[in-house]
Order: sequence, then C-alpha cells, then structure tokens
Amino acid sequence: MPKITVTVNGTQRTHDVEGRLLLVHYLRDVLGLTGTHVGCDTSSCGACTIHLDGHAVKSCSMLAAQADGATITTIEGLASGDELHPLQVGFKEEHGLQCGFCTPGMIMCAADLLNRNPNPTEQEIREGLEGNICRCTGYHNIVRAVQHAAGQLTEEV
Amino acid sequence: MSNKFIGKSVKRIEDKRFITGKGRYTDDINLPGMTHAYILRSPYAHARIKSIDTSAAAAMEGVVTIMTGDEVGHYGVPCGWQVNFKNGDIMKEPPHPLLVKDKVRHVGDAVVMVVAESREIAQDAAEAIIIDYEVLPAITDASKAVEAGAPLVHDDVPNNVCFDWEIGNPKAEVDEAMASAAHITTLEFVNQRVSPNAMEPRSYIGHYDGVYDKYTLYTSTQNPHLIRLLMCAFVLGLPEHKVRVVGPDVGGGFGSKIYHYTEEALVTLAAKKTGRPVKWTETRSEAFLTDAHGRDHVTKAEMGFDGDGKIVGLRIKTFANLGAYLSTFSTAVPTYLHGTLLQGLYTTPKIHLDMTCVFTNTTAVDAYRGAGRPEATYLLERLLDLSALEMGVDPTELRLKNFIPAFDGVTQPGYQTNVALQYDSGNYHGVLHRGLEMLGYEDFRKAQKEAAASGKLLGVGFSTYIEACGIAPSAVVGSLGARAGLYEVGQVRVQPTGKVSVFTGAHSHGQGHETTFAQVVADRLGIPMEDVDIIHGDSDTVAFGMGTYGSRSLAVGGSAIMKSLDKIIEKGAKIAAHKLECSPDDIEFTDGKFTVKGTDKSLGFGDIALTAYVPHVYPANLEPGLDFSSFYDPTNFTYPFGCHIAVVEVDKETGATKVKRFIAVDDVGNVINPMIVDGQIHGGLAQGIGQALLEGVEFDGNGQIINGSYMDYAMPRADDLPMFELDRQVTPCPHNPLGVKGAGEAGCIGSTPAVVNAVIDALWSAGHQVKDIRMPLTSERVWSAMQS
Repeated sequence: MPKITVTVNGTQRTHDVEGRLLLVHYLRDVLGLTGTHVGCDTSSCGACTIHLDGHAVKSCSMLAAQADGATITTIEGLASGDELHPLQVGFKEEHGLQCGFCTPGMIMCAADLLNRNPNPTEQEIREGLEGNICRCTGYHNIVRAVQHAAGQLTEEV
Repeated sequence: MSNKFIGKSVKRIEDKRFITGKGRYTDDINLPGMTHAYILRSPYAHARIKSIDTSAAAAMEGVVTIMTGDEVGHYGVPCGWQVNFKNGDIMKEPPHPLLVKDKVRHVGDAVVMVVAESREIAQDAAEAIIIDYEVLPAITDASKAVEAGAPLVHDDVPNNVCFDWEIGNPKAEVDEAMASAAHITTLEFVNQRVSPNAMEPRSYIGHYDGVYDKYTLYTSTQNPHLIRLLMCAFVLGLPEHKVRVVGPDVGGGFGSKIYHYTEEALVTLAAKKTGRPVKWTETRSEAFLTDAHGRDHVTKAEMGFDGDGKIVGLRIKTFANLGAYLSTFSTAVPTYLHGTLLQGLYTTPKIHLDMTCVFTNTTAVDAYRGAGRPEATYLLERLLDLSALEMGVDPTELRLKNFIPAFDGVTQPGYQTNVALQYDSGNYHGVLHRGLEMLGYEDFRKAQKEAAASGKLLGVGFSTYIEACGIAPSAVVGSLGARAGLYEVGQVRVQPTGKVSVFTGAHSHGQGHETTFAQVVADRLGIPMEDVDIIHGDSDTVAFGMGTYGSRSLAVGGSAIMKSLDKIIEKGAKIAAHKLECSPDDIEFTDGKFTVKGTDKSLGFGDIALTAYVPHVYPANLEPGLDFSSFYDPTNFTYPFGCHIAVVEVDKETGATKVKRFIAVDDVGNVINPMIVDGQIHGGLAQGIGQALLEGVEFDGNGQIINGSYMDYAMPRADDLPMFELDRQVTPCPHNPLGVKGAGEAGCIGSTPAVVNAVIDALWSAGHQVKDIRMPLTSERVWSAMQS
C-alpha cells in the first residue's frame, strides 16, 4: 500500500492507503473530516470540492495516493479559528444554504473563484459555480452569498 | 403574542454547523465495529431469476454475511394509501419484497445484500456473485402497458392496471357541457418522469443492542416516526417501543425521502443477524434507479369555452405510471393529490378526470415536490394559455374572466369545488394583477414585437396555480383511503430556568424549522430566541410525528406547537394568579409577563417556570411542572396560490431557450420568516424550470435508464437560471392558529407551465402555431418544432 504524507488544514498526516482509495474517502473515512461530502459518482456535483495546493479540486476525481505531498484545505479548515471566512458569513447572511449538503463544496469552489477573481460579475459567479449542483436554493441566494463575500452588497443593507 | 421575531428575516440558527462542515448526515456517522452493505441489483428491467450462486463471495475474506430473497423475501414494504377501482374493487397491491427471489421488475431491483468489513470488500464480493437470469420483454410506457399483449409486470395483475379511478361531475354531464362549447382546446401531452435528486444520497445504519434488546435505525428520512411505524407494524413485526429511528441532518428530500425503502429494513435485519452495526449508502447511480421518481403522466385534456370565453367544461384522460412496485404514497399522488386540484382557480362548472394507474418495469413513482398538484397545474395552465392563443384572446384576460371571485373564508364561505375540496381563502385576481405590474405587460408585448422585427424570439408564459397543502385532516384522508392519520405533534417543555425545549414531529431537511419554529415560540412566550431549542428527528426524544412533506410543517406542526404554548400560558396564568392573589381570569400574558389586568403587578415567565418546578407557593389541585404535548389535526387543507410569469428568449437558429425573467407572486398566507419563504420559492422555481427545460428520466426499449447519472441527467446549474423576481400577497389561512398556508412546494407547482407557455408564445409570435413541445424543451425539440 502506498504511504502518503499530506498537510490537511495545517496538520501533517501520514498514512498507508489502499491504491484505489479516493481522496474524498481518505478525508472522510481515514481523517474523519466528514464536512466534505459525496453527492455523485461521476465527478459532476462538486459536493466534495476541497482546496489542493490552493486550487479547488473535486476530491472524488483523484486518488489519495496522488495527493502525496500536497497541502489540503477542507471546509473544516476554512475559518481562522472562530472567525468565519467571508464566504461562510455570506452564505449565512444571504440564506445561501438550505439542507447544507452541497454547501461545503459550494463554499470551497466559490472561495477559489474569489481568489482568482475578487470582483466577479453575476454571470462570472454563475459560470464559476457551474460545476457544483445545489438542489435546494435555485442558486439565487448562493449568487448573493458570493456577492456578499466579494463586498458587492454593502449598499443594500 | 409579541412581534419581535415573527415576520422578520431572522438568520438561520442551523447554518453554523453546515457552513463549517459540522453537519451530521447519516453517512457521517460511524459506529464502533460497523460493517458495510452493498446491494447487488438487477441489470435487467424484467427477468426471471433462475439461480443465485453466492458461494465464492461468501468465502472471501472480510465478508460478514450475505442475504438473499430466500432468507428475507417474505418481508415486504407496504403502500400507505388504498385507492379503489371505479367499480369498488380494491386496488391491486402486489408485494414489494426486501430482496427478490423469483422475478425482477425494474433495473435496480434488489437481489442480494452483501455485508462486509468495508464498502470495497462488499462490492468486490458482490462482483463474485453469479445470478442466472432469463430476460423477459419489458414495458416502460404506462399508456402502452395497458394494451393487450403487453408484458405483465406482476403475473396476477391483468393489463398492468393497479386501479382505474375517476373524480368530478358525472361524465355524461361533462360530455354534454363540452358538446355545447363554442371552442374546445385539445392538448395531448406527457408530463415526463423526473428524478428528485436530493443532493444527499440515501443512507441508513442499522444497529442492534443485545443488552437492552433495542434496535436503532439512522436514516436519511423526512419522517422518522412513520418509518418506525411502517417497519415495525407492517414489515418486520418488531416491537415499536424497542425500536428507535433517528433522522439526523438530512440533505434534502423533495418527497423522495418520505417513503419506507427496503434498505431500511435490510440494514435493521442485518444488524440483528450479525450483531454489528450495518451501514448502507447508495451511490448516485443507485439513487437514479431506486429513489422514487416523480410525475410520468400521459394525458389527453380538453377544455371547452362558450362564446364569451367562459370555461364550460374540462375533460381529461390520464395514464399515470406507478413503476414496478407501489411506493408508500404512490397511489394517492395521481388521485387525491392531483384530481382534486383540477378546479384550479377557475369557476369551471363541469369537470371529469378518468385516471388509470399502471404498473411498468420502471422505478417506483411517488410524490416529488408538489406531488400531483404540479401535474394538475401543468394541465390547466397549459390549456389556458393555449386556449388564448387558439381563440385569439389575451391569456391574462381569459384568466381574469374565469377566476373564482375573492373570498376570505371568514365572513365569506370557502369555495366548494367540483372535485371534492373546499378552498379556504383566496384572492386570485390580486396575484395576477401584481404579476402583470411587475412584468410591465404592455411594455413586454411591445418589446416582443420589436424583438421579432430584429430576428429574436421573445415569449411570455403565465401560470396561476393553486395547491392543497397543510396535509391533512385525518378523517378526510382516512375516508379517501389513507392508512395513516396526518396530524402533527408538538411538545413544549419549559425547563425550571425558563429555557424552552420544543419537540416537533416535523423533520427539517433544509426548511429551517430550527429557526422558524423558534421565532414562533419566542414571540408567543416573550422570551429571546436563544432560549428556545427545537428538537426533531429522533423517535426516542420526540413523542410522535408524521414528518415533513406536503408543505405541512408550519401549518400542521407549528399549529401543534401553538396548542402546547396555549396550555403553557393557561397553566402559567393559574400559577401567577395564585402568587399574585387574584383570579386566573384577571391575568393577562404579554411580552413574557403575567400581569394582573389594570395593575403593575406582574411576574416574569422565568419566575413562573421556576415556581412550576419548585411548587412551594402553589395552587391546590394543580400539578407541578410546565410541559405540554399536543396533537393538532387540521380541519381542512390549506390552499396557497399565486401567479408565475416566465419570459424566455428562443434562439431561432438553434432552438436554445433562455429564461430571461421569472416573476413569482405567491400567496402562502401569513409569513413567519420572509427570507426562508423566499428561499423555498427560489428552490421550487429551479426544480419546476428544470422540469420544463432540462430534466427527464429517459428509458430505452429494454427499460434501461439511459441518463442515470449527473453526467447525463441535466440538473439545473447556476448558469441555467436568472435572478428571480418575487413578491407576495397575504391572504391568511382562516383555520389554523398562525394563519399560514405553506410554501415548500409552490415554486415547483407554478413554474413549469409558465416556462413551456412562454416558449409556445415565442413560437406563435413567429408564426409557428405549435400546440405542444414535449418536456424537457431541449434546443433540439424546440428547433424541430420551429421546422414544422
């Protein structure tokens, strides 16, 4: 079994993993980080989105073994201590979540989007989140949550 | 009752755990010694099982047990609603075994369950199982399944007919009305099958504790108590008091998690057999094959008008596809949740629905967001807009002419329909007028003409819907065949320190009950919201409950809580009166204080709570404690309604359709949390628009679902939808204490026909007099329609 060493949410972890183990299952089952969800089996829904070396990645689309040496952030590591990430605040303030199942992946994807484009248009937000499915919100308030995090909604309190 | 929180967009209490990754869904739960189950399913839609060989799999290291139909096939899951044939015969109700041993009836039918040390080992072992099938011809289309010579899904169900059924006026009266019509609009269409696709796949954990002889089932369900009742009383024969069912955080339901699924009973049996916890979590591919689908009607509908444009009759023939087995509520959906809504908002004097419900070699069909009411609305609203086009009149004027006049249900009576229901209160003109104002209707028609001149196709579509929610008065549904009561339970336990625990039988899987219910309780008791904890989803802590579906949580569950709050205050007044030395009649309770009327003598809610538990100075003959539980059984359904308007642009060259604007004016009665209600509407709109433009489960001739994954089934994504334009009208429900009607399904009920109507309008504006395009309106289908 391959041995991998990864830094997850600031902590270095080393494990022997089965060659076929997906990264998402490593995070959930081995590390107990169950905030990263599995919503499909075709890498289509984005519920498992994490940051790998600073970029949004669907963690069901790679093997744990391929992550050897990587730095990973999951939803559990996004806030700075008790201080929520602006997107976490945005999702709460704008009611960007209902059942919450897609939310971690949606937030991780949106965080990557804002890293790349801090002031996106509505269309850029919609296209940026196109790889993540939400069945509850109709995306209306998810778009607003991202706009909130980008500081675009301050004028309409 | 104070108004500090009610009516305010209070941010959700439950969000904190979800945005930090701390939500606890069933698959997130891992118990010591837990094993994992994999279910081997039929790859064929219809086949006889000749043999099953599990020997190689059983010998594999890490396999704990293997179960087949020989062991558990005598257990089956029941249907919760009995509908009779027109002639009075009881519907055909073939068994739905936990594991099949003789004949599989749809792709995904469960045949063998493997329990192993890991998910991967279980799956590896399943691949070593050899099943010899004799493949039989399959039937998937309900209207063809009734034809002579069609394959029989169940050998003892002739013509695959579960039952036939009718509702409305006598057929002869409707025929007579139609014969007198100056114009008849005829529409033959398919309301296609869709997949609910809650984002959390179903997941169950069975656990058996031999020390206490107690079972626990963790399940991604919308109604834990109902699952316990069904599993104990009708499936496994377990003692109900020795079974705990927990529905922890649940990642969406939309109806698909109401039903009692076979796997819930299987993991329970396996846990007892192995003495270890057993987890089963479906893959998305399995979800497409096994989560109950929605819709799937094949319909011919005719609407007759007199020379003035007044509707004189409505005549419908529909075949409803139930799938291979009866799901928990599947028989109620095409009948009592569909036929009873065919009055719509109109004064139609004669209505007749002839319904045939049919078995096919497909996944079971049951309630999906709206459940029967979207099908009724689609039928009516498509007919209204199409009739306007055919008769050359304005679709909004046609509606205004035929609307039921406004009535409040208090000073004016409810409206008795021709299809059994009595509407509670309504102002249908109001929502349409407001929608037209938001649209800028006259300006739109000008813009449509200008766009046409420059080669762009714009269309507008209307839908003015009504639904029956707040499900449901037990006696009424019981008389219609329901095998359950549909009340709700609400317990309010005031703790000695004045903090309040509320136990509700409703179950939140995205609806925000932890916030909305806390707003109600805090305002009624005059205490801060943080002093209120809403507890749901655990049969060991919540006394009982019927769960969440049919937009019932606040209208029925909230009313049960209100009843308990009234009892708390009534008892509190007795305690206060004793301490303040007056009659309980002289006590008034406002803003958290029990006050002697006309004086400044008062006691706070916390004082009374403490006194109730430390009853030293206390009324004689009054029990200590401040804890009440109530059952609320509604006296009627609630009837939300609204006006949805879609504006679309159709690309002439490709047929691609874009929703440019979507306006929704909904009247859901009183509103506790506008933010949450808007969110419910948004989500419903997305699902309804999804059905119109993107979604649809497609079968090939062998009964295979050819788009059973998120790669192939087009789920609405962020860039498929516009920002929604919402407004509200408030016509309170006259028969429940909060005046609320329910908002969970409205968006999904009204939106689908609005979008299709808009595309048809766009095509007519360019001279393509198309009556129907089969949903979903893919660019290919729209383009093809423009070539005719």
